[in-house]
Amino acid sequence: MSCDVLVIGGGPAGLSAAVNIRARGKSALVVSNPLEENPLWKSERIDNYLGLPGLSGAELLTAFRTHAERAGAEFHSGRALNAAMTGDSWYVSVGSDVLEAKAVILAGGVARGKKFPGEEEFLGRGVSYCATCDGMLYRGRRVAVLGWTESARGEAEFLRGIGCETLWFDRPRTCEISGSQTVERVTCDGRTEQADAVFILRPALPPADLFPGLAMENGFVAVDRQMATSLPGLFAAGDCTGGPLQVSKAAGEGLIAGQSAARWIDRHPDQTEKTKDEIKK
Amino acid sequence: MALQHFKTSEFDAAVEAAPLAMVDFWASWCGPCKMLSPTIEALAGQYDGKVLVGKVNVDEEPDLARRVGVMSIPTVVFLKNGREFDRKVGVMPAGAFTAVLDGNL
Repeated sequence: MSCDVLVIGGGPAGLSAAVNIRARGKSALVVSNPLEENPLWKSERIDNYLGLPGLSGAELLTAFRTHAERAGAEFHSGRALNAAMTGDSWYVSVGSDVLEAKAVILAGGVARGKKFPGEEEFLGRGVSYCATCDGMLYRGRRVAVLGWTESARGEAEFLRGIGCETLWFDRPRTCEISGSQTVERVTCDGRTEQADAVFILRPALPPADLFPGLAMENGFVAVDRQMATSLPGLFAAGDCTGGPLQVSKAAGEGLIAGQSAARWIDRHPDQTEKTKDEIKK
Repeated sequence: MALQHFKTSEFDAAVEAAPLAMVDFWASWCGPCKMLSPTIEALAGQYDGKVLVGKVNVDEEPDLARRVGVMSIPTVVFLKNGREFDRKVGVMPAGAFTAVLDGNL
């Protein structure tokens, strides 16, 4: 699947970006978790969104999403796992799909999630961020799933369905993964289980993990006034660029990022089509 | 030599005969594997005649994947005459692979 601008994140920043990309005549594809999993969904009342005081987070999000849909944005449910620029195009993997775009806007919110002890050490040796990718390698074996969302619970069910003995850890706070050569056990909030694999399914990957080489500043994505990041054709908007973590600020930055991405495409018209076909094979 | 697609039965003999080999373990259900695929294909061309570059579909060759200790895909394993000396897990730029190959040619 390919588009002009791929937007990672379906909150206020991402949806505002999508509306403004469409307003510039470009196609927009928004990759996001279900709307109900957005942290804003649980806000009971927002009083500082200009002109519309007193709405709940769910009401605002629903209105934003409807606006983006009516503007012609397309949606793809899931979590972005890898991103890379090859030739003139960005490629982003979401589950078993690869999406291709001329420009990308990162609007994934604050990717909380300090890594757990053992997480980095055992990455690729039992620790995985992708149930769809690696689940089959653990058929008939015992796996732990650390999840924070309903989507993650769905992935745990997927693992159970393909024949993994699946242990679900619901929104764990502190975990430690240990073993010798590979993962052998995981301890979360005092509960220890033997497991051959630990699937860590946070709502979003930290920006610098998703985009290797991305410049950060005080833990947030470094951007200029045009919301351009340090990587070509990659823009960022919303909470991932820093505070204040407010809807108005996110929507405003989404607008700038959307317009900047559209302008970037106009200035780089020679997007090649050749690598796209190779990826699809 | 173009990119090779190995079955379990032919894998050992092929990599043992190669002074330097690079093998990508992948599957069709894996998005990151699809992203890495063009890079591996390009490297097969670039190192033609110097490095044996191959792929193993873990869905079709699960026993081989288990024996090699593939725990996450994509995994790219580097071997000298059949002995593994390095591996890279996950999507990486071409430079991560050429650094290993150039240092061992």
